[in-house]
Amino acid sequence: MELFDILMTASFWAAAVRIASPLIFATMGEIICERAGVLNLGIEGIMVIGAFTGWMAVYSGTGLWGGVAVAMAAGMLFGLLHSVLTVPFGLSQHVVGLGITLLATSSASFAYRLLLPEVTSPPRIVPFQPYEVPMLSEIPLIGPALFAQTPMTYLAFATVAVVALVLYRTPLGLAVRAAGENPSAVASQGLSVTGLRMGAVIVGSGLMAVGGAFLTMSAFSSFFFEMVNGRGWICIALVVFGAWKPGKALLGALLFAAFDALQVRLQQTPLGAQVPYQVFLMIPYVLSILALVLMSRRAEVPAALMVPFNKGER
Amino acid sequence: MRLEPVTAPTLARTLGYPALAIALTVILASGLSLLAGANPFATLGLIIKGAVGSKFALLETLNRATPLIFTGLAIAVAFKAKLWNIGAEAQLYAGAVVTVLLGTGAVGLPQPFFWVVMAGGAMLAGALVLLGPVLLKTRLGVDEVVTTLLMNFIVLLFVSYLLEGPMKDPMGMGWPKSAALLREARLPRIVPGLRLHWGFGLALVSAGVVWLIQTKTTLGYEIRAVGLNKEAARFAGISVSRVLVLTALLSGGLAALAGFSEVAGLKGNLTLDLSPGFGYTGIIVAMLALLHPLGVVVSALFVAGIFVGADSMSRAAGVPSYIADILLASALLLMVLAILLTRFRVVRG
Repeated sequence: MELFDILMTASFWAAAVRIASPLIFATMGEIICERAGVLNLGIEGIMVIGAFTGWMAVYSGTGLWGGVAVAMAAGMLFGLLHSVLTVPFGLSQHVVGLGITLLATSSASFAYRLLLPEVTSPPRIVPFQPYEVPMLSEIPLIGPALFAQTPMTYLAFATVAVVALVLYRTPLGLAVRAAGENPSAVASQGLSVTGLRMGAVIVGSGLMAVGGAFLTMSAFSSFFFEMVNGRGWICIALVVFGAWKPGKALLGALLFAAFDALQVRLQQTPLGAQVPYQVFLMIPYVLSILALVLMSRRAEVPAALMVPFNKGER
Repeated sequence: MRLEPVTAPTLARTLGYPALAIALTVILASGLSLLAGANPFATLGLIIKGAVGSKFALLETLNRATPLIFTGLAIAVAFKAKLWNIGAEAQLYAGAVVTVLLGTGAVGLPQPFFWVVMAGGAMLAGALVLLGPVLLKTRLGVDEVVTTLLMNFIVLLFVSYLLEGPMKDPMGMGWPKSAALLREARLPRIVPGLRLHWGFGLALVSAGVVWLIQTKTTLGYEIRAVGLNKEAARFAGISVSRVLVLTALLSGGLAALAGFSEVAGLKGNLTLDLSPGFGYTGIIVAMLALLHPLGVVVSALFVAGIFVGADSMSRAAGVPSYIADILLASALLLMVLAILLTRFRVVRG
């Protein structure tokens, strides 16, 4: 039974966790935005800008962690632009988000052509290397999957813990969630809904960019124009699948990545070779739609998601 | 800060802010060309010259505008009802696939009917591609933004499969492309000798028809009502689901016509690079036109001009042609802000 054989290999589980990592960062970023009441459709473009700036920084001599910081800063810059337009000005979050995606994607392409005019194939950097946690990485299956990854993957898991902790265990998290559920109540407490929402979008966008940077700095070692390839949109589906909760979204990302890793391996089986490869490549997108359909009935959407808040207006 | 409605906006306010948005876009263009080491005035001049400076340039711009009018209309129609169809790219390819299926000899018909059948088949395919996400929205409440976006990837992979499998041209030297359309399936040129096909004419007619639907029919009124306030529309006895489904059929059909027109008018066959993102650019076209169907024609010509002009400028001045995408995305964001500021005043506190 080939399926069973695949599921019993350590490399399969390691691949699943690796594929999940960029999705985890970006999904956490989107959760923060949406919990505060702002849908951030800039996610796809912000991941591209993160992938590009992080890689470019490392290529120009910055250290790997410096590259992550550069990517995060670039993402936050686009987050700032998004939040200024959608929060105080209350412009359509759909239009602004798509506009940010177009702007960020084309900025990355423009800068790439400007900085590397002559190259035919993108130069490589030395990406993050796997770090094997002593002892733990020797556990069968789980060890290689969870404890022999690159530092950015460990950071992804840590991010989930931090986001969950801040959202549910701190006054700041309570305020952010309230800004997305009942902004008038937040304002009546003397807190600034505008400030909370803008902060959430900026921080969330930073995380999205780090997710993009994972692609160029940990998964691959170069930047390609099409490399994000809809991952941002998949993360938006993962937020819904995870019911806007960091823990559930993490499980969703891992489950999704496991299917993705599985389809690559099924392609190489004798049976899979008879199926057009495009069918396998479609699976992630079809799964995302399926996840949305399954969760549609019991999704607990933040009540004020996509509702602009104007002080004094009730 | 907060926003306060301006009850009677002055003419200066109504025109000033959009003019400021355009000025800022031009300043950004200058900045970007300085970054690329080119003279900003030369860059702007070359863009304009490349877009409208010669008969060849002008025809190229009109050709590029044709699919953008269709996708721009598709998005304008949908966004008017607050139906967020971001899947025009998928609908375009669905239309192109059906055009090739019918136009390569599946049916043999005398000429005017041939075009009508192909266009009708294409529209049907595009409408069906959008119908799925819309039914998911009206029946199950699934957000259509993500589903229509994801459909773009699914349909493109499906087209890739078709072009490498059942629809592959046996004479294509191994390239993934479809067989060429029959000669009588091709759309003729408007003026013999000039490289501009009747797809452009169909685009203009479509804009007129959409305008008539929006202003003179009950459906047009209902679409506006649903877009303005769903609850109020429902209260007034309008079936919101029915209006959304009809809007989707119209929107998907219009986007599919872009595929029909590109295949039957311009390319003559189907490849995977038929559309360099016409479906996404249609969003910019529609928004710059403030969702007005006749405005879509003007804004599609403008957007096409920028793209064609930037391509030709890039060859001459060495500024990457992606400058066009940056400028259009910025123009979109600045324009929605400018339009808001014509109606609202920013007040401190």
